Amino acid sequence: MVSKITLEVFRYRPDQETQPSFDSYEVPCEKDWVILDALNYIKDQIDGTLSYRWSCRMGVCGSCGMMVNGEPVLTCATFLNKFLPGPVKIEPLEHFPVVRDLIIEMSDFIGKLQKVKPWIVRKEEKSLEDGEYIQTPEQLGDYKQYSMCINCMLCYSACPVYGLEPEFVGPAVIALAQRYNLDSRDQGKGEREEILSQDDGIWQCTFVGECSEVCPENVDPAGAIQRYKVAATNNWWKSLLMPWGKSE
Amino acid sequence: MKKSSEPFWWALFGAGGVISALFIPVILFIQGLAIPLGWIESPNYQHLYQLFGSPVTRLFLLALISLSLLHWAHRFRFTLYDGLQVKHLNVLIAIFCYGGAILGSLAAGYYLWLI
Repeated sequence: MVSKITLEVFRYRPDQETQPSFDSYEVPCEKDWVILDALNYIKDQIDGTLSYRWSCRMGVCGSCGMMVNGEPVLTCATFLNKFLPGPVKIEPLEHFPVVRDLIIEMSDFIGKLQKVKPWIVRKEEKSLEDGEYIQTPEQLGDYKQYSMCINCMLCYSACPVYGLEPEFVGPAVIALAQRYNLDSRDQGKGEREEILSQDDGIWQCTFVGECSEVCPENVDPAGAIQRYKVAATNNWWKSLLMPWGKSE
Repeated sequence: MKKSSEPFWWALFGAGGVISALFIPVILFIQGLAIPLGWIESPNYQHLYQLFGSPVTRLFLLALISLSLLHWAHRFRFTLYDGLQVKHLNVLIAIFCYGGAILGSLAAGYYLWLI
């Protein structure tokens, strides 16, 4: 017989209520179910009004991040039976405004992401005849880890500094900026530095390290930030001691 | 582009973290355990006086004391800033922490100079 488990799900319907509340749903706890399967069961079988984001079901799209018993996780990668006998509390990602139920407003993150130009910046593009931009495996290795980020924003929910300082650029954006800074084909380091080297850039980070703990792709944003602090500090001293020199 | 002053304080914080993590355990071990427990012979006054008479020793102690204080200042500033969440007092906290560390460093420099 399949055991049952109770999900206490955060509900907020701004058209009907001013305060959020929790609804309890009893769902089967199938052996191979993840939290997302249980939410889909609720949506299909019990309450069609429940709203949440999801897409790929396999830890690639980064859209199903939620707080499960207070921890930011991808619900497609978190098994349900781990929480037996229950209940399991499901809430929207922390530190973000809620649009409805488990759906958060992510425009703050998207805006910050665009500011650091997360693409390869070239001062001058090579012509097609000149061929491709050759890169060695070592050069690929320099940034590959940071390119694994799926923009799931779990690190923003885990980061206590982002919770206190909404202006903070935040872990994933800095890791993604580093993904391009460390790419041998890129020439946009200087433009990104204008955003990252501000007080609200890397300097808000106090190296709590929770971002790297919760990252489902092992990107290690905390490491990216510390590496950038070293680079930015070197540049700062260089421009102080050698104002005529060009910053890297 | 507005220059942030954070790299300056962070560099001192980092230097203080490294130097204190490397040397303070050694000094604590020698002064706090090895000498009192008689594992190594206690240096006499004349020996210590000679040791501290060397400018290299004094410079090393000044670096160790001032950088450790500046490490504390940066860490304590963020502990107050985030822990007590007193954002509006940021300038006051910074003056208290870094100012305290600088005063402590000056005092250390003064006493080392007197030796």
